[in-house]
Amino acid sequence: MAERDMNISDVSGGSALLQGVERGYVIFGIVAILVLLVAPFVIYPVFVMKVMCFALFALAFNLLLGYGGLLSFGHAAYYGSAAYITAHTVKEWGLTPELGLILGALTGAFLGLVFGWLAIRQAGIYFAMVTLAFAQMIYFFALQAPFTGGEDGIQAVPRGELFGVISLRPDLTLYYFILVIFLFGFYVVFRTVHSPFGQVLKAIRENEQRAISLGYRTDHYKLATFVLSATLSGLAGAATVFVFQLASLTYVHWQTSGEVVLMSLLGGMGTLLGPIVGAILVVTLQTYLAPFGAWITIILGAIFVVCVLTFREGIVGVVQKYLKKPL
Amino acid sequence: MSLSRTMLFAAAASFVMLGAANAEEGPVRIGVMSDMSGLYADLSGPGSVEAAQMAIEDFGGELFGHPIEVVQADHQNRADLASTVAREWFDDDGVDAIFDVPNSSAALAVQELAREREKFFFISGAATSRLSGDSCSPTGVHWMYDTYSLANGTGRALVAEGADTWFFLTADYAFGHSLEEDTGAVVEGAGGEVMGAVRHPLDTQDFSSYLLQAQASGAEIIGLANAGTDTTNSIRQAAEFGIVEAGQRLAGLLLFITDVHALGLDTAQDLVLTTGFYWDRDDQTRDFAARFEERMGMRPTMIHAGVYSSALHFFKALEEAGTKEADAVMQQVRDIPVDLFGEEAMVREDGRMVHDMYLVRVKSPDESEGDWDYYEILRTIPGDEAFRPMEEGDCPHLTN
Repeated sequence: MAERDMNISDVSGGSALLQGVERGYVIFGIVAILVLLVAPFVIYPVFVMKVMCFALFALAFNLLLGYGGLLSFGHAAYYGSAAYITAHTVKEWGLTPELGLILGALTGAFLGLVFGWLAIRQAGIYFAMVTLAFAQMIYFFALQAPFTGGEDGIQAVPRGELFGVISLRPDLTLYYFILVIFLFGFYVVFRTVHSPFGQVLKAIRENEQRAISLGYRTDHYKLATFVLSATLSGLAGAATVFVFQLASLTYVHWQTSGEVVLMSLLGGMGTLLGPIVGAILVVTLQTYLAPFGAWITIILGAIFVVCVLTFREGIVGVVQKYLKKPL
Repeated sequence: MSLSRTMLFAAAASFVMLGAANAEEGPVRIGVMSDMSGLYADLSGPGSVEAAQMAIEDFGGELFGHPIEVVQADHQNRADLASTVAREWFDDDGVDAIFDVPNSSAALAVQELAREREKFFFISGAATSRLSGDSCSPTGVHWMYDTYSLANGTGRALVAEGADTWFFLTADYAFGHSLEEDTGAVVEGAGGEVMGAVRHPLDTQDFSSYLLQAQASGAEIIGLANAGTDTTNSIRQAAEFGIVEAGQRLAGLLLFITDVHALGLDTAQDLVLTTGFYWDRDDQTRDFAARFEERMGMRPTMIHAGVYSSALHFFKALEEAGTKEADAVMQQVRDIPVDLFGEEAMVREDGRMVHDMYLVRVKSPDESEGDWDYYEILRTIPGDEAFRPMEEGDCPHLTN
């Protein structure tokens, strides 16, 4: 404990942006950003973009599950609705990417507010069921609404020009655009978790009754987290649209909700890096096992079983235990 | 001395190789993308990869002096995954053409990429007629069937036979609606009457109330404007209700021979549907089917036949063009008559491959002489009649 206090005082003179962050984390963060900057020259950029979009989605989800202790089984609703709205506004109304992106995130926020307001009245399995029910409503809406194109989806969405100036058509330009979105999302989650708000949230997760008795309005905190999580999920969904230039029913399907749960659990829920590791793992398997057909589901299933049986904290959870530092 | 002789030999050898191969063209690589493990795995899936392999073997295995290679991927019915794989195939793996791709959203995504990258796309698996309509591409060829030809074939042929009152059982989403609308228009255009329709949600388990309405309508034909398990469930339950025995007939608007196989003839008998290929049509199709069965343990669906014939046609076009350059190859794709198991067909400007379709009736268990002997061909629908006329498709590159 003393060692930690010392570390904190080490960087007390640092910038406000990274206030209270240990030096080790800062170095790790810088290395990670450098790796992400050169990644598109080594790995196929579209693939890395896909990983970043899903990682952002998983981060948003993990904010709710890992820190808020709320298992939502319907996060595809926010991710997918945002994707549809962004795809539609960019393709049909000719909006610029950043406006489409903001509209997408707002869609997530709005849905999160409405569904969250209703869902947080329940806890545990009931909460999961209520969120799943709302997500299914969104799925059937997307299936039938004329603007979503049913099972054809919205296709050929133009990547457009950022601020009406920078063309996002080249994969590399788009890559850095997505990277900025991802880092922004990560920073928001990071700040939230490490803020007094995040502390209260963790307190609620650990013992809600006690938090209430301390005078916190836990419902407000839960709703705020829910909305934030939905907004970031929406941001992730909107970003995906530019990567693949389409929005399809898969995005609002319950399988997508399930996948994000899988990513969080595999990577390690309640850790900052866990969802990212989980997203990398799941997306890599999905993409690179594509030539092996039916094996993907079997391998993913096997990994999940092994994970649950042997290390429930997830990959990052195990590393965290070993390093004795929160990651 | 010996060194220069070796060099001379090497130079001569490379000249010979250059002569045999087209100097500029690398190996031809095709990708078969399908649903390898989900709901389309039987009617397309691994069988399509095998069909492509057969086409390569039948063509002789080589083009431009290199062996033709085939790669495969499972898109898991996800458009985003289809798009990722297709991008990587085109950009990094040197894939020249993609085949099959069941699932409309996945196929539309690949169509957009293939258009942008000027690569070839031969669609056998996906049904949506948008692929040769508003989403047509100069390098995309929609091969075996589409929703229009299935609906149109069945609708028109049945009305011509005198079955002129229809009732639709429609899956309540865009696909079902458009199938109902298209078929309804054909039925009315041919002098028939649509007596009504009932809509059921996607993935319905219990069709009883819908089937009762269909029965009560008194229509001669109950059109099944749905797909997949919805279709098979509705057929199964219609059999339980004795709807067919009571004199009404079911018309499947999107049904494959594998569905009939799964349902069994007891349940599926007397069902009327349209197909682009039936293995037991003549000696040539029987021969292909027998070879296919040896490898896959099943008779080919129209999608498998489509992948085989489209791959073969693509190789011929490449050979004739002598290059992989998109315009030159597509010119040949359209100019060379398509050999569809002995039947002559052609590829239109909008990318639609036009060939005869077959209106078939599912045999009763007594009529069937064994496994996969399922269809009786009622009528051959000429291509011009079966497919949507080019002007009605609104294909953008034709007007510009």
